[in-house]
Amino acid sequence: MTWKNLKNRLGLAGYVSSDELSMAIHIALQLERPILLEGDAGVGKTQVAKTIAEIEDAELIRLQCYEGLDAAAAIYEWNYQRQLLSIRASTDSGVSPDEIENRIFSREFLLERPLLRAIQQERPPVLLIDEIDRADEEFEAFLLEILSDFQITIPELGTIIATSKPIVVLTANGTRDLSDALRRRCIYSHVPFPDRATELAILRMRAPELSTRLASQIVGFVQSIRKEDLEKKPGIAETLDWAAALAGLGLKDLTEDPVALQASLVALLKTEADQAAMPSEVVQRLAGVAG
Amino acid sequence: MTTVTKFPTRTSIPERMGDFTRHLRQNGFRVGMQETEMGLQSIEGINLSNPLEVRMALKAVCCADLHTFGRFDDLFNAFWLNQSLMRTDHQQTKVNKPDRSTIDNLSKFMMQHDTSNTGENETPNSDRDGEANSDGEGKLLSTRVFNKNQIDMREYLQSEDRAAAEQAAQRIAAAIRYKRSRRRKADRKGAMIDLRRVIRRSIGTGGEPLQLLRRRRPNRPSHLVAILDVSGSMTLYARVFLAFIRGLIDVDRRADAFLFHTSLMNVSDVLRDSNSLRAVNRLSMMAQGFGGGTRIGYCLHQFNTQHASRIIGRRSVVIIMSDGYDTGDSKIVGTELSRLRRRGCKIIWLNPLLGWKHYEPVAASMGAALPYLDKFSPCNTLESLAALEFELEQL
Repeated sequence: MTWKNLKNRLGLAGYVSSDELSMAIHIALQLERPILLEGDAGVGKTQVAKTIAEIEDAELIRLQCYEGLDAAAAIYEWNYQRQLLSIRASTDSGVSPDEIENRIFSREFLLERPLLRAIQQERPPVLLIDEIDRADEEFEAFLLEILSDFQITIPELGTIIATSKPIVVLTANGTRDLSDALRRRCIYSHVPFPDRATELAILRMRAPELSTRLASQIVGFVQSIRKEDLEKKPGIAETLDWAAALAGLGLKDLTEDPVALQASLVALLKTEADQAAMPSEVVQRLAGVAG
Repeated sequence: MTTVTKFPTRTSIPERMGDFTRHLRQNGFRVGMQETEMGLQSIEGINLSNPLEVRMALKAVCCADLHTFGRFDDLFNAFWLNQSLMRTDHQQTKVNKPDRSTIDNLSKFMMQHDTSNTGENETPNSDRDGEANSDGEGKLLSTRVFNKNQIDMREYLQSEDRAAAEQAAQRIAAAIRYKRSRRRKADRKGAMIDLRRVIRRSIGTGGEPLQLLRRRRPNRPSHLVAILDVSGSMTLYARVFLAFIRGLIDVDRRADAFLFHTSLMNVSDVLRDSNSLRAVNRLSMMAQGFGGGTRIGYCLHQFNTQHASRIIGRRSVVIIMSDGYDTGDSKIVGTELSRLRRRGCKIIWLNPLLGWKHYEPVAASMGAALPYLDKFSPCNTLESLAALEFELEQL
């Protein structure tokens, strides 16, 4: 499969991808490397993983990172309650402590978390490690073994080697800087806000019911609003939400109903300061020149 | 066709790839053997006669962050396409006409970002109140004490004194960092029970968990961001502060540093540069526009829009070192600081003038900033810098 081929298939599955991103995904798949996607919130990083899962017809295993995420929640954990019960149950049966220990540290008592599950599938799944920069730096260290060798070492059990190599997609939006060690193991691509043509293509694909005029007005408006000094620039998800809101309000043209337009901005601007920064006059001016 | 190309045709592709990674390395990329190998693998499945495809493929392999991502295209063109020596009849010229608007915007943004410190659009303004005051009545609290740690830093005029001051500042900065990062082990009074260790321990007692072991989340080091005013009125202090910041940066990989006068400049990388000659060259850019006044509000605005979303989190501590003399609009300072505060970080303002007797924060910008500060401290002596250690602990 060439990268152009891949781009087309992503497109057919509903994801409009830039040449650069398609090439990066292509190489990641070809070299069986994890791919690290960075970019602002709402530019469709997570969607990449979902779409790859769709076109590869693979299971999507998602690990949402958060501050304080540790190996117990992400890789594996012993089922302590069961272990305790098992110890109590076998104390009177005269089994030697060694045997008990061997038994309670067997696979039977192991709780699989997403990362361990991902490397034990029959068919290679897509493993999405979302917002890796929210996890602590220590957690990155756990990931290194998995990402470079696709294996997990459990002290009590030994090393578990992947039965099939998962397709790993990591996303980050710059909450903190990632370590070089992690970056070097990944194929990197930066996902920017889409340009006008790309965003229009995405909107046409996701909301085919919109009229051509309204769609191009929406995209023009969002593109110009991103150039304004906002705290949270609207991403593609917001554009789609807003388009749906406008369609729901029955608008055919952005300039047709200023009050409704202003009200619909709640779908696009997500902080109080941003809404205050976009008074009606500014919105009207932008709507007038959009499209 | 007499143009001399850099690469004789007899060189094999792997060799040229090796040269290319070396070229990237010289330009600050962290690439090595592994990338050369991956680069070679990555171009196997693509059309080698199309430079655009090769560039995208190698870009995915060799870049590791936004910074390198933005610079890659130029470096690629310079190396493989011999850009300045291009022959017009050569097929590859079409690459010189970029058609990738997004990437171009990105690199423009990067370039603009890099050179933003040269902005001299504001007319020079002789705002030197700070120094003027010093010639007059402003008496220093501690000039009569002979301990060097307590001498106002403006007094360090001899170079060996200054060097000693720099070293001391670095030591203090390092001390702050080490203090903060000291980790606690499993704690007797921890909030959570450590089931893993309890069960391990209970095997010895026949499965009866006799001992309850606890654990707790260790204290994490806070993330320091230093913003230093290097305008004319701060000249006398800037050098020592710079050494102080450098000390912070040296010992803390995550710390960030910025300089500003009329515009803001990110110097984290520069201060980390081990090649001091190159660092000095890059820092000398900060002198451009020096003495052209101070625009604290505008620079904080720049910080909020360009950097804050990326680096500021709830564990950040922003240290602003400035005397508060502003030639811009003082209202902006308040607005921008409140915006910054909403990100949940702590803001410490260190003002060297605060160490002077009778100093009142009457400068308009200083007044506007006060409501948003977690700490407002003097920093005219090395001792006051050392006291920062405790301030950081309390926050």
